[in-house]
Amino acid sequence: MKLRRAIKDSRSELELFRRRALAGFALIVLALIGLVVRYATLQVSRYDEFAARSENNRVKPIAIPPARGLIFDRNGVLLADNVPAFRLEVVPEQVTDMKALLEQLGQVIPLSQDDLDAFHKLLKQSHRFESVPLKMRLTEDEIDRFAVNRWRFPGVDVVPYQNRRYPLGELFAHVIGYVARIDADDLDRLDPGSYKGTTHVGRIGVERSYEDMLHGTPGYELVEVNADGRTQRVLQTHPAIAGKNIYLSIDARIQKAAEQALAGQVGSAVAIDPRNGQVLAMVSVPSFDPNLFVDGISHIDYGTLNTAPDKPLLNRALRGVYPPGSTVKPFLALGGLELGLRTPSDSVLSTGTFCVPGTTFCRRDDRRGGFGTVNLRMAIMWSVNTYFYKLALDMGIDRYDDWMSRFGFGQPTGIDLNGESSGILPSREWKAKRYKTSWFPGETIIAGIGQGYWTVTPMQMAHALSILAGHGVPYAPRLVMATQTDVDAPKQPLPNPPSGPSVINNPADWQAVVDGMQMVVNDPRGTGYGLGKGFPYTIAGKSGTAEIYSRHTDAYNENTSLAYLASRHRAWFEMFAPAEEPRIAVVVSLENGAWGASSAGPIARKILDAWLATQSDAPPDTPLQPGSLSSPDVVSGAPAPPNAPASSASTPGAATDASQDTPQDEPANTSSQENPP
Amino acid sequence: MIEMLHVRMKRLLRRVLTRPRIDLPLAGALLLLAVAGLCTLYSAAAGDGGPTSGQVVGQALRFVLGFVLMLLISRIPPSVLRNWTPWLYAGSTLLLVVVSVLGEGRGADRWLNLGVMRFQPSELAKLTMPMMVAWYLHPRQLPPRWKDIAMVGVLIAIPAYLIGKQPDLGTALLVAAAGSFALFLSGMAWWRIGLLLVGAAGMAPIAWHFMHGYQRGRILTMLNPESDPLGNGWHIIQSQIAVGSGGAFGKGWMHSSQAQLDFLPEHTTDFIFAVFSEEFGLVGVCLMMVLYAFIIGRCLWIAMEARETYSRLLAGAIGMSLFVYVFVNGGMVSGMLPVVGVPMPMVSYGGTSAVTLLVGFGMLMSIHAHRKRHD
Repeated sequence: MKLRRAIKDSRSELELFRRRALAGFALIVLALIGLVVRYATLQVSRYDEFAARSENNRVKPIAIPPARGLIFDRNGVLLADNVPAFRLEVVPEQVTDMKALLEQLGQVIPLSQDDLDAFHKLLKQSHRFESVPLKMRLTEDEIDRFAVNRWRFPGVDVVPYQNRRYPLGELFAHVIGYVARIDADDLDRLDPGSYKGTTHVGRIGVERSYEDMLHGTPGYELVEVNADGRTQRVLQTHPAIAGKNIYLSIDARIQKAAEQALAGQVGSAVAIDPRNGQVLAMVSVPSFDPNLFVDGISHIDYGTLNTAPDKPLLNRALRGVYPPGSTVKPFLALGGLELGLRTPSDSVLSTGTFCVPGTTFCRRDDRRGGFGTVNLRMAIMWSVNTYFYKLALDMGIDRYDDWMSRFGFGQPTGIDLNGESSGILPSREWKAKRYKTSWFPGETIIAGIGQGYWTVTPMQMAHALSILAGHGVPYAPRLVMATQTDVDAPKQPLPNPPSGPSVINNPADWQAVVDGMQMVVNDPRGTGYGLGKGFPYTIAGKSGTAEIYSRHTDAYNENTSLAYLASRHRAWFEMFAPAEEPRIAVVVSLENGAWGASSAGPIARKILDAWLATQSDAPPDTPLQPGSLSSPDVVSGAPAPPNAPASSASTPGAATDASQDTPQDEPANTSSQENPP
Repeated sequence: MIEMLHVRMKRLLRRVLTRPRIDLPLAGALLLLAVAGLCTLYSAAAGDGGPTSGQVVGQALRFVLGFVLMLLISRIPPSVLRNWTPWLYAGSTLLLVVVSVLGEGRGADRWLNLGVMRFQPSELAKLTMPMMVAWYLHPRQLPPRWKDIAMVGVLIAIPAYLIGKQPDLGTALLVAAAGSFALFLSGMAWWRIGLLLVGAAGMAPIAWHFMHGYQRGRILTMLNPESDPLGNGWHIIQSQIAVGSGGAFGKGWMHSSQAQLDFLPEHTTDFIFAVFSEEFGLVGVCLMMVLYAFIIGRCLWIAMEARETYSRLLAGAIGMSLFVYVFVNGGMVSGMLPVVGVPMPMVSYGGTSAVTLLVGFGMLMSIHAHRKRHD
């Protein structure tokens, strides 16, 4: 410092500064003179031009909102429509006493508190010359009454607009979502220019995720206004460009069948075409009427929906997270083969109990005394826990974790909808982060049967199943298949290339696993025997029953009441067909199913039946509604009768399901915290 | 240690509260500017209907707060300011980081919610930036060499980047300009300045690449306002009509038809100078420019009188950054520059910018008061 100060020459520095300050000031004065010259150009040289424009400045641009794109199913069934409607609008600057006006207006046209709240909110955000909507969708009667009283209300007008309508209501509520009035939060994220004159915006579902395509580009007209700002005539019109129409990959017929099959349940179903990732059906029940949200849902209606115990607003397919249970066994089996830990014929002795070697941490099989010596196919067919406990242990949690993540578990599927949950694929890192403890081998064997910390969404499960069914080629699930600029214009398909290379190296491995899954449905000893009856193609499948509550004893559950079990179990069934070259993969998940095979299985089968009916190349002798399986009593009520589908099909093999004193699936410990080795 | 701090704080407080020493020409010019600003606001707000006085009173209260702060700060000696500078700079930069992590605001994350009031840390940076550059150059040998120039460049770039990312291009520009002026005044060789400017011009295509879509849009709109009649193009056209129709002598106070008829958007904030130009004409514009030039000149005069390098650079940089406000806002209103959120100092309504400006002038007053050696 001292040295520097010694070198610093204060006097020359000051001199330097003075020169600089003067130079700077000179430059600034020059620039300000330049600015004045600019103003002089506008105010003196071009005065006449601007004075005339100001004098004639009676021209205002008025935005023309674009028509929102329509939404169709894959065959052109209309799912979201625009219908002409009328709304009441107020121009604030033409109203002298807003309070009195609203009071008097309320006597002519009833205004609810919701209408008034929304109006006051919008009023604050708008310019005084912009008209603010007060009440949407006026009835004929209201329009007539207003017309008679119109002279009393200057600044108030009835304005035509396009209102969104969802003709199929509840059926597509969780897929399409709905549009709603633009609110303050929307204004923050939307480009004000392209939303001038638009009152609604996609809030959830496809309406939200494809907002940019559906919305379109506003046009404007130049109108001449008088000194009070009232429109005199239109000078020029630049039409708006309508939003694009959208074609979903969903088939409304399959969607309908899935909804009917799920009626009365709490759960969801997803069907995907494994050849391209197109979603063929996505249902979450119970559902709600999206039309309620379009004009602003009333507080009462919203309260009812929001507090209902079975949560109709929850999109279970996308956001419901459940332990996957035995549905993961085929994936684990495939991993054992692909990683070289097993061959299809390697067999394991199931004695009824499996203990982690060197510890007292033991878990049971579903059948007392075990299943004897089983190989891979039999292990899938019977859902033999011991086989998978041992395989998971041999694989180790790290390889296990890596393998399962290839099927998309523990991560978003990348579907073209906002807000999907990722579920949890447990790993060492995950547990260290979440619980600050290390991983126990006992937790590996529990993960081997899809329990413990593991959670998945039905969409994730369907995504994983379609990767498996599609010979390992992954496609992100897609709801939108094509777009269209106009109803008469050709459809432009939206490409969906595979999201990666095939995860399967050896086709023989795939065949062995699919054989096992086929035996689940078609072998008299299989847990889902009977579900494939009467179907022209071979079906492959796997059941899953996961426990919600942790068990504190190792005892077998003696209570066989289905209502009791339904309250404790999550039932799954995954299914795809044709087993040789799969074209549809279905996952059904029930929050209150007693058993995977008997509760969820028949629903999955009904979805396959509906799909079959839509296939033009279906064999002519196809029984579209196989009576043996779709006995309505199985699926109509939540507490299904004990003789689930296999029994009603009166096949001897069905006995394996119902007569067992324990679940055909794994009642494992979901807490996994007791006596870790 | 605490004892000592206590004593020092007490001494400082006494100094702050005794008779403030202000520079009368500068204070007078600022007062004149404040009155002109309030009159323009009164007229511009009239078109909005409702209680016009509300906006004017609110603005007047801000001015009062600003002048009080100016008087208080004028009592803090420049040496104390200099000692605080690194901490103030670090603090404001930290706040900018906090804002970028958890800020909130309409579209742009510029605000920090302090519970009772919302606070814009970038305003603080407008002052701490020239302070920091002055602090850095103060003990160095001047004119600066490349090493020091590079260091100052980093000091400028950090806050400017954080603000530009918010995105608030206007304030980022003001902050960067304030720091650059301090560097300019330190005597950085002309050939180095030229070299840097050429380099910056070469970087322009890269900057274009990193701009937000809306920022590019504003530049394109400036070049061709008719292309965007519903958005910024409308602002520019209406603003030019307002300015041009004012003519040489203006339409008279309270007679801005553009604002009264609500044709001119943002006519109390960023575009208020269009209302001023319409009502007072070219004569008014010239008088206003003379007033601004006088204030800037007076600041530079105070800077030349200052005792040491820090005060000189700080005073000069604050004065010169006022020019950036005037030039950018005036250029935007007349359609010469793209639409950037820079207010016309002491005239545009709202925000903390008037308060920040007056706090800056408080520092100038202090530098003025300590111009002679009296240790």
